[in-house]
Amino acid sequence: MNTQRKAVSLISGGLDSMLATRVILDQGIHVEGINFYTGFCVEGHTHAIRAKDKKKAKRNNALWVAEQLGIKLHIIDVIEEYKDVVLNPKHGYGQNLNPCLDCKIFMVNKAQAWAWMEENQFDFIITGEVIGQRPKSQRKETMPIIARESGAGDRLLRPLCAKNLEPTLPEREGWVDRNKLFDFHGRNRKPQIALAHSLGIEEYSQPAGGCCFLTDKSYSSKLGDLWQSRGERDYELDDIMLLKVGRHLRPKPHYKLIISREEGENHYLNGYQHEFTTIRTLSHGGPVALVDGKPSTEDLLFAARVVARYSQGRDAREVTLSITEPRQEALEVSLLPLPASDIPESWHV
Amino acid sequence: MSETQLDARRLLCPMPVIKTQNKINELESGDTLIVTCTDPGVLHDIPAWCRIHGHRVIGSTTQDREIIITIQVQK
Repeated sequence: MNTQRKAVSLISGGLDSMLATRVILDQGIHVEGINFYTGFCVEGHTHAIRAKDKKKAKRNNALWVAEQLGIKLHIIDVIEEYKDVVLNPKHGYGQNLNPCLDCKIFMVNKAQAWAWMEENQFDFIITGEVIGQRPKSQRKETMPIIARESGAGDRLLRPLCAKNLEPTLPEREGWVDRNKLFDFHGRNRKPQIALAHSLGIEEYSQPAGGCCFLTDKSYSSKLGDLWQSRGERDYELDDIMLLKVGRHLRPKPHYKLIISREEGENHYLNGYQHEFTTIRTLSHGGPVALVDGKPSTEDLLFAARVVARYSQGRDAREVTLSITEPRQEALEVSLLPLPASDIPESWHV
Repeated sequence: MSETQLDARRLLCPMPVIKTQNKINELESGDTLIVTCTDPGVLHDIPAWCRIHGHRVIGSTTQDREIIITIQVQK
């Protein structure tokens, strides 16, 4: 009797991992998906926070893909362990603070650890990688590095570009038919789109700019600023979540303002009122602002004028605001909003 | 059969899904899990996760900004 072989597939929610999974499912392999949450995932957060995005669909694409394919999806929180990947990438960063090669090695390694667990007992791992698709992590020379350094070795199968690589264990053992795998390469998406069409897959997500905030120039700049201002390269989940929200202005090296841009962000930042000094406009409609750092009383009064500039009272002679330090009574102040011309571009992180 | 509460307030997706998944892994078939959340994304994501894993959402309500989803574990 043939043994039912089992594969675990790294599901990002994009088209490539969806196709890779589907072609292996079609070979009669039992596949389950795995998805890692690093804290830097683009998916969902800005939609969840910003009121203006609330009309957009808020589905989690990895879950959606799993449901379309009829497979289970296991979502794993790797926030703490992932820090070392971001802070100390052995293979360095891409254009921004994106450690893509180290990230892929980490994820395959984690998938392998999960897959080989006694209660899971999977035989191999599949990914949607395509040679030449990504300049940092998906190149001909990085494919064996990922297989070797993740520990997955020849139990790592890339169905979409397998024919451009040495046969892996699942191919050599006949668990999968290599002739039914593909030889995709490069950044051209037409082969994937054609394959999707031939498989009857007409709906899929096409994330613009990848699925990780670390590939974003503006986000990376804010993270670099956070490390510089604190004098150490480290972060907590709240730090990296707050980098996704609001305007970030640093009037002085020892403090920064996070100023909401709309109602959804007001609500989100209000959730941090017990951890940060919070500035709110009272006399006019306006933002909620958190003060991150160690501001003096004089700094806080100045910061309130900056916040007033972003309120509906920006042209008024006086705006009343509250300044509330964590677990303290609110201090009410009435101030002249800072003119826009007094807010230099260099303050914008 | 037990009834378990899970507080996932202030967490953004997918964390409420991950917490739900991890809690359900500890429960037995027939148990009930009541998850309280604030991210509206859970209204889509938790039922989707339940569907692919075979658990049953037996109710969801929204009060003020809190969303309460009740799940019956099926293993």
